[in-house]
Amino acid sequence: MTQPNGEMIRMRPIRQVYSTGRVEVEALRGIDLAIPSNEYVAIIGPSGSGKSTLMNIIGCLDTPSSGEYVLSGETVGGLGRNRLAEIRNRHVGFVFQNFNLLPYASALENVELPLLFAGAPANERRERAAAMLERVDLADRMDHKPTELSGGQMQRVAIARALVNRPAIILADEPTGNLDSGSGKGIVGLFGELHAAGQTIVIITHDAAVARLAHRVVQIRDGQITEDRPAAA
Amino acid sequence: MSASRLEVLRSELALVLRLFRTDTARQTKRIALTVLAISWGTLSIVLLLSFGEGLKRAFHKGKNGIGEGIGILWPGATTRAYAGLPSGRAISFRDEDADLLRERIPEIAALSREYAVRRGLSVGTKTVNARIRGVDPSFGELRNIIPQSGGRFINELDLKEKRRVIVLGDELAGDLFGSQEVVGRTLLLNQSVFTVIGVMQPKTMMGMYSGPDKSQATVPASTLKSMFTDEHLQNMVYRPVSPALGDQAKWQIYRVLGAKYRFDPDDTRALGVWDTLEDQRLVTNIAVGIQMFLGIIGTLTLFVGGMGVANIMYAVVKERTREIGVKMALGAKMRQVMTPFVMEALLMTVLGGMLGTTVSLLLMAAIAALPLEGEAFDLLGRPTFSPAIAAATSLILGAIGMLAGYFPARRAASVNPAESLRYE
Repeated sequence: MTQPNGEMIRMRPIRQVYSTGRVEVEALRGIDLAIPSNEYVAIIGPSGSGKSTLMNIIGCLDTPSSGEYVLSGETVGGLGRNRLAEIRNRHVGFVFQNFNLLPYASALENVELPLLFAGAPANERRERAAAMLERVDLADRMDHKPTELSGGQMQRVAIARALVNRPAIILADEPTGNLDSGSGKGIVGLFGELHAAGQTIVIITHDAAVARLAHRVVQIRDGQITEDRPAAA
Repeated sequence: MSASRLEVLRSELALVLRLFRTDTARQTKRIALTVLAISWGTLSIVLLLSFGEGLKRAFHKGKNGIGEGIGILWPGATTRAYAGLPSGRAISFRDEDADLLRERIPEIAALSREYAVRRGLSVGTKTVNARIRGVDPSFGELRNIIPQSGGRFINELDLKEKRRVIVLGDELAGDLFGSQEVVGRTLLLNQSVFTVIGVMQPKTMMGMYSGPDKSQATVPASTLKSMFTDEHLQNMVYRPVSPALGDQAKWQIYRVLGAKYRFDPDDTRALGVWDTLEDQRLVTNIAVGIQMFLGIIGTLTLFVGGMGVANIMYAVVKERTREIGVKMALGAKMRQVMTPFVMEALLMTVLGGMLGTTVSLLLMAAIAALPLEGEAFDLLGRPTFSPAIAAATSLILGAIGMLAGYFPARRAASVNPAESLRYE
């Protein structure tokens, strides 16, 4: 998981071009980005700036039209769907704005999912998922369905799910966007704790308050990095 | 490794069952209707195939009633002038013709003469008019006249000593003696006393000549000839060495008898030959054809049910697009995305299949319990479930379930995770 040079993410001019019929849209026009291990980065930008596209590429949900992307030592490019799935499973922990928990499964089962896809045996899955739920203070909610949980609790379950396979990075897309400010603070606090424990975190947000807590802020506009600075302390 | 894979499969199965439960809760009516359609398809395929099987067995039993792979030979009349003799000349068989054919034609495995008269048979004051035939010992085996236990058919000694012994058809025996023990009893034929040596086992006949065997009596050929001296040899019954040699044997018969009675061996009307083998081939083909036809109808019905399952699964895939995206983001491989959909479709198909099979087995048990009598039912047979039908039905059901799940599942696996996560 750790790099010899300590780099989790290394991007050399990444371009992403979508062609919708005859029109070609250049969503990313040469992104150069390096994120070292244990960094806490916020990527900010207005809608349409290309930050979602960047997130998809960082999360290996999409591959760039050109450029080189190395995630945790693995070059992502020209890989098949199954190989990409494997990389996501091992290296990326997703946290979504709307939680994206499976509604018919309990909190514990939701957290077990990445381990299920990795082919881990049942008892190991159960133990690791339970330990992760304890870590996000939901030891007493393991058997609850998502509908029986509050928004903040659902997002904690999602974070536990993202962490359970010990990913190289946590990739969070507007993690507080659907939460009241109190719950949002709790989630941001949790990210701080995780970072303190050595986790590399990338948050995509347009909430300035959230971005301020990161150590580094990368601003995107029109598919390019317009600013890359340490967060104002 | 394999243990953990098995474990993964078990977890997936548990997940599928849960999914199926949530799906049934959400679209109870649609799933119930589809499962019903599959049951209906299964019901029709199982019932149709079973009826076909029963029919085939009845056909098979019936076609062997007259005897297996035999030919029957009658004298005819010439239709061509030949060797100075006019056309329209009647041919008649003589007693020695049987030996002539046996000696000259190696393709004939067995041959029996058949003399026949119609006379009254009397027991006490009761008289029944019946066809009495005089035959050789091989006739019983050729024509499937098998004695019931305790009896026997005519043997060589009977023939040689012109014994007054008689074998009765099962119906004739009943008419004469009622339900009493018959073997060993005596009856009168043409003022002579005959001893009953056997009663034929009941059988179904699909084809016959000169009436059914059940109402005829059989005596040694020599006995009949000595009693009714004016009788000509009415016909002969033979079996070729093998079915493949049937045509060869027939051709030889025309050649040998043509030389003796001076008719053109190509004059097919000079002799009448009934080749039952040909009929039996036809009957078998018809039975197989009917079963195939019924099977295809059943399969098509089932196919319609399969369409219903596929339709539901497409809807389910669409409904779960976002969930599919989430699973993909969490690292689900293609197979892991597809498996639950295929299994869910299979589950629906299997449920319908079990329901349909159960109902059809119950129906067949009910039919079997009905006291249906009569020749029509003998011929139609009773629906018969066989392992082959079970295997065929399961195979078709499985294939349809797999297909009904596979195509929607493939659509699920082709979902673009980045897009589906934004899908509402």
